[in-house]
Amino acid sequence: MNWTEIDTWIVIIGALCAAGCAIPGTILVLRRMSLMGDAISHTVLPGIAIAFLVTGSRDPIAMLIGAVVVGLITAFLVQAIQSIGKVEVGASMGIVFTVLFAFGLVLMRQAIDHVDIDPDCVLNGAIEFAWFDQNPDGWGIPRGAIVNGTMLLANAFFMLLFYKEFKITAFDPALAKSQGINPGFMHYMLMTMTAATAVAAFETVGSILVVAMFIVPPATAYILTDRYGVLVGLSLGLGVFAAGLGHLSAITVPTWFGFSGTTTAGAMAVAGGVLFVLAWMFSPSQGLLVRLLHNRRTRSHILAEDVLGFLWRVEERSQGSVHTNELHTALGVSGGALSKVLRRLVKHGAISREASHYILTKSGQARATSLVRAHRLWEVYLDKNFPQDGHQLHQSASRLEHVTTEEMQSHLGDADTDPHGMPVPSDE
Amino acid sequence: MIANHSISDTRFVFPSLEQFLDVLLLEEYNTRVVVLGVMALGAAAGIIGTFLLLRKRALTADALSHATLPGIAVAFMVAVAVGGDGKSMLGLLLGAFVFGCIGVLLILAIRHTTRLKDDAAIGIVLSVLFGLGLCLLKIATEMPGGSAAGLQGFIFGKAASMVASDAWTMVAVATVIFLVTVILRKEFTVLCFDEKFSTSQGWPVVKLDIVLMGMVAVVTVIALQSVGLVLAVAMLIIPAASARYWAKNITSMLILSAIIGSASGWLGATVSALVPRMPTGPVIVLICGFLFVVSFIFGRNNGVVISQWRRLQLQRRVGMQHILRAMWEVCEDKTEKTFRIESIVLLRSWKLAGVRSLLKRAQRKKYATHLQHGEWIVTEAGFAKAKRVVRNHRLWEVYLITYADIAPSHVDRDADMIEHILGKDLVDKLEQLLDSGQPLSSPHPIGDKA
Repeated sequence: MNWTEIDTWIVIIGALCAAGCAIPGTILVLRRMSLMGDAISHTVLPGIAIAFLVTGSRDPIAMLIGAVVVGLITAFLVQAIQSIGKVEVGASMGIVFTVLFAFGLVLMRQAIDHVDIDPDCVLNGAIEFAWFDQNPDGWGIPRGAIVNGTMLLANAFFMLLFYKEFKITAFDPALAKSQGINPGFMHYMLMTMTAATAVAAFETVGSILVVAMFIVPPATAYILTDRYGVLVGLSLGLGVFAAGLGHLSAITVPTWFGFSGTTTAGAMAVAGGVLFVLAWMFSPSQGLLVRLLHNRRTRSHILAEDVLGFLWRVEERSQGSVHTNELHTALGVSGGALSKVLRRLVKHGAISREASHYILTKSGQARATSLVRAHRLWEVYLDKNFPQDGHQLHQSASRLEHVTTEEMQSHLGDADTDPHGMPVPSDE
Repeated sequence: MIANHSISDTRFVFPSLEQFLDVLLLEEYNTRVVVLGVMALGAAAGIIGTFLLLRKRALTADALSHATLPGIAVAFMVAVAVGGDGKSMLGLLLGAFVFGCIGVLLILAIRHTTRLKDDAAIGIVLSVLFGLGLCLLKIATEMPGGSAAGLQGFIFGKAASMVASDAWTMVAVATVIFLVTVILRKEFTVLCFDEKFSTSQGWPVVKLDIVLMGMVAVVTVIALQSVGLVLAVAMLIIPAASARYWAKNITSMLILSAIIGSASGWLGATVSALVPRMPTGPVIVLICGFLFVVSFIFGRNNGVVISQWRRLQLQRRVGMQHILRAMWEVCEDKTEKTFRIESIVLLRSWKLAGVRSLLKRAQRKKYATHLQHGEWIVTEAGFAKAKRVVRNHRLWEVYLITYADIAPSHVDRDADMIEHILGKDLVDKLEQLLDSGQPLSSPHPIGDKA
């Protein structure tokens, strides 16, 4: 790897761009309008093309105005087709942005084929060449950094200015309305921010990959945190990190396989996607693997209690120890899961084992007694309050016995026998 | 084809009549191939897009089409690595199909296992897989032994590169989709309109859904070559959305949507063959968009013109009924059915000018006659009509008090809003209800049956 000043600038520009996108992105994701971001970033293209046709130059201010105007028209048309034409919102977006994007492509081919906005730039942006695009008196700072940095500052300014309003409209639009916040104003404000950000990002990452910067970091942050402030901060951090990671992998990963490198903008999107998958799997609160693990632990906990309860009931009928096969048929679980649970119960001293036969120990008996007591008290309680047939009663109680805390048990009261006529064991 | 004069040429060259006829009559082989291909594509997309639209999956299809890009790149790389022809169309399309399906599955997985909603799931899959595709394409161009140049054509479409076998593939796909739709029309329709019902009927809802999305994937894949993956979704939803403004039922919507799709394809291919520097894919989409706008404005169902017209009609009817009721209320206890315009103005929060124009319309309909200087008389016909209107109004009041439990002080206003849409059947039913009901308490006398 050969890291140069150019690479540093690429990462800086990418990071500024990602951070700028993450700010409107968080609100888009929270308001479930991510695809509005997608639609608007597509329609930046005709905006830029029209601005170029009208002014005949690549004046950034004209392009900004053109793109914002077309962006707002997009937002307006989507709403109009949805409400007047009775078209579902997704389809309405699909119609508006594809037609406008096609219009932009035709304009580009028709009139500005000979300037340096080419289809490749629409797709990939031109972040690799951003360093060479400098103003003469720009102290060596590339134009891309100035544009994206300015956009980041502007977004941060509006975000702080309307922090409370954005927060309330994002989580509870009805409450926002009752608080006197004009939802229409906030909506078009957000759309303006989105369009302006998309046009700033256009030359950096192109017209389509900017969606990755709008949506992926905030969506990742959303499955990591519940707090709005943290969400915004985390989105910014993730966006910046994805930009750095993206460029680094764009110039390193392909070389492992003998290729020279790949497109940085694409790699930044992929890096964002990788971070998302990591969060999706390992988020402490909602991660897929974390939840799977938790479910498995709960399942084996329940199975262990079922084993104890079964052994207790066998003893109640004074039949002595139980063979593994009996446990299999009685509890209806696979061998692997059961033998693991049995091993753990033996280790914890709740049961003892003698040549494939199991029997409760003293401490196991105490735990099993309290379980069976809970079970039968629940049956009494359910029978009294929600009469149902015996089998159902048993099923419900079997589920409830595993989640009964001491306090719940004290509220269940006391009884001598359950509805099936079995004695309720005392707590000792 | 017309040659481009120079790359910086922005003049618009109008095609000569000869060129025009050449293209229109499909004299040229290339044009014939492209027109055949895009028309088949338009029909297939129009049919399957109808179900897609009704199932509210428009943007899932967008994500699907973006997700095909890495598939194309991977298929190319695999083919070149094993020494085959990287650009074999079948291989590329197979790769595209597989990744499109992976994209849809990822969306479902994200939606069901996180708290993110459809929109974010679609956005993530769309942008990340598209980014991955661009990365892989860049790498693919460096692969030894195969030139990946031209693969980018799948992004924005490159209809000109279409050959006869491609066009026939499209025709074959369109035929298959047509046949499947004919066989499964009823099942798909119920799936789109009432998923719960089809579950309760014991239909394999999940399998039907898979067949539907699979066909969407197939259409997207064959659309890649002509309109490109960014715009493929337009071919699926825009003809269907336009057809919905005209169709009476699902069958006519399917037929219309197929016609609109293939017409857009034909027109788009024609325009792009006639005018220099007109990329086929975007032009087809623009024509779809134009047809949509026409349907949106003039369409029979929910079109802008017709809904505005209906609203105006309703407003006029409501206005007329209001004035009739007002005339009745001023003259109810008089033997001489004359009244002054000012007395009417006092009854409601309306303006003198509005009342005047309403009275003029009533005069045209012979419900009232102007005597002199703001003095009016209700005609026989007007009185009978007014009686019916008032009776409706008061029946509603009674009904609202008796059955809807609304406070008597609010009843007048609520009855005011609803009385105008009362049909004759409903009035009969109301009367029956009230006849059989308890003793009635109306704030006003109900009036005799007209």
